[in-house]
Amino acid sequence: MKLTRTVDRTIRYLLLGSALLSVFIVVLIAIFTLIEALPAFREIGLVDFLLNPVWHPLPDDPANSEFGILGMIYASIIVTAGAIILGVPLGIGCAVFLAEIAPEAIHKLVRPAVELLAGIPSVVYGLVGMVWLVPLIRDLFQVPDNQGFGFLASSIVLAVMILPTIINIAEDAIRAVPESYREGALALGSTHWQTIVNVIFPAARSGIVAAVILGIGRALGETMAMVMVIGNSTEFPVPLTANPLTIFLARGRTLTGNVVMGLNYAAGVHRSALFATGVVLFLMIMLVNGMARVIVKRWSYKG
Amino acid sequence: MTAVETTRLEVQDYSLYYGSFKALDRVNVKIPSQQVTAIIGPSGCGKSTFLRTFNRMNDLIPSARTEGKVWLDGVDIFNMDAVDLRRQVGMVFQRPNPFPKSIFDNVAYGPRMNGLRDKTKLGEIVERSLRDAALWDEVKDDLGKSGLALSGGQQQRLCIARALAVAPEVILMDEPASALDPIATLRIEELIRELKKQYTIVIVTHNMQQAARVSDYTAFFYTDESRTGILVEFGNTKKIFTNPEDKRTEDYITGRFG
Repeated sequence: MKLTRTVDRTIRYLLLGSALLSVFIVVLIAIFTLIEALPAFREIGLVDFLLNPVWHPLPDDPANSEFGILGMIYASIIVTAGAIILGVPLGIGCAVFLAEIAPEAIHKLVRPAVELLAGIPSVVYGLVGMVWLVPLIRDLFQVPDNQGFGFLASSIVLAVMILPTIINIAEDAIRAVPESYREGALALGSTHWQTIVNVIFPAARSGIVAAVILGIGRALGETMAMVMVIGNSTEFPVPLTANPLTIFLARGRTLTGNVVMGLNYAAGVHRSALFATGVVLFLMIMLVNGMARVIVKRWSYKG
Repeated sequence: MTAVETTRLEVQDYSLYYGSFKALDRVNVKIPSQQVTAIIGPSGCGKSTFLRTFNRMNDLIPSARTEGKVWLDGVDIFNMDAVDLRRQVGMVFQRPNPFPKSIFDNVAYGPRMNGLRDKTKLGEIVERSLRDAALWDEVKDDLGKSGLALSGGQQQRLCIARALAVAPEVILMDEPASALDPIATLRIEELIRELKKQYTIVIVTHNMQQAARVSDYTAFFYTDESRTGILVEFGNTKKIFTNPEDKRTEDYITGRFG
C-alpha cells in the first residue's frame, strides 16, 4: 500500500519534471538566441535591421557591411502567400472530400497518402523541386533572367509541404461538426453541397482557419527545401519585367535561408545578425500561432 | 373534425433492410391529411426508422435498402428527388438541433436555400414561422441572438419554426419532447394540436399519454426476438387506447411490457 503510493508520487513528479523540462528548454533556446542577437541589435539598430533592404556582409570590412533583412522578410511573406494561395484551396478541398464525400475505400487510400506526405523529409521535397520543378518553370516562362529558381518554385514546393497540416486539421474540424447539424440541414431540403457550404463550413470555420494559420506557421519556418529552390539571392526581390506577377519568377532568400546560408562562415556582427534573423522569425511564428489561438477562441460558437 | 379525410401518405408493403437485417416488414398504412398520427411501440421496433422513410433520411445510411411503395399525395416518393421531397416533408428531431447561427438565420435557412433573397419577404416568413411555432413573443426583440442561446424548449420550437418556414405539407416529429421538461413538453403538445390545422403531422413518441393527448390516429409497431418491426394495428387513437383489436396492442397500452 505504502509502496504503491510512493510509486504513484514518484511518477507524478517525473511527469511534472518532463513537462517543466520542455518549457525550460524552450525558454533556454529563446534566451540563448536573444543573447546572441543582442550585439547585432545594438550595433545595427532595430529599425535599420528590419527596414534596410540591403544585406551585404563584408567579412574583411565590417565597417562597410550592411545588415538589413527587409528583403528576407519580404521574400518569406511572398513564398508563404504563394504557398497559401496554392495550398489552401487544395488542402480544404481535399479535407471536404475526405470528410464528406469520399467512400470508405477511397478514404482508406487517400488518408495514408496524406500522412506519407507529412513524413517525406524536407530535403527530398527540395530535391524534387530542384531537378524537376525548377527546369520546368525555366522552360515554361520565357522571361528574361528567369532561371527557374525563385518564388514560384518555392511556393509550389511549400504548398505541397503544408498540405498535410491543412488537410489533417481541416478534416478533423469538419468531422467534429455534430451530425445533427448535417441532418437538420438535409431534412430542410438542402442539397449536400448547400449543407457543406452553409452549415458545415460555418460550424467548422474556427478549425479551418486554425488549419490555414498553422499552415502559415509551417511555411514560414521551412528551411531546407526553400534553400534548394528559391535561388538565395540577397538582392531585394523585384519583378523581372513590367508585369508585377513576374515577382514570382524572381529569386530571393527567406529568413530561414538567410541563417543557413551565412552560419558557416559568419563571424562578429554578421554572426550575431543571423541570430537576430532567428529572433525575428521566432517572433513572426509566435505572432501567427497566437493569432490562430485567438481566432479559434473567438470564433468557436458557444453551445 | 371533418367527416371526409383525404390520405396524405400511403404506404404499401413497405420493408426496410439494413444490409441483411430486416428492420421493418411489409408495413401498410394510410396517413390522413391534416391529422396527427402517432407512432408508438417498444424500443427497437423501427418507429424512428419508419418515420425517416417519409423524408428519405434513411438514404443517408449506405446499407439501407427498401421494398414496397410510399406515396405522398399520390406521387411515389422513391421516384422523387430527395431534396424536393424534404422540402415538402419537414422534420423535427429528438434533440433540438438549431444551427450555430442567429435565430433569424435559423428560420430563414430553408427559404434561402430555395433561393429567396428578398429581405422583406424573408422577414415576413421568419415572423410568421416563429408565430406559428409559438416562439415569436419570446424572441422578437432578439432575432440576432444565437439559436443555441435559447432554452431547450425554445430551441425545439425554433426547430419547428425552421421546418415551417419551408412551407411543408407534412411535418415528421421524432420524439420531439423527449429531451424537454414537462412544461416545455406541454407547450410543444399544444403547438402540435394547433399545427394540425395546416399540416399533416406524424409523431413518434415513447410516451403513451402524449400519444393519447395529441394524436387523432395511432399506429402501434411491435417487434419480437427477430427485432424486425411490424405494424400491428392502426386506427383512431380513441379506439386504439380504449378498445384495441390486437392482444399485443392491449398489453402494450396497459403497460404489460415496453
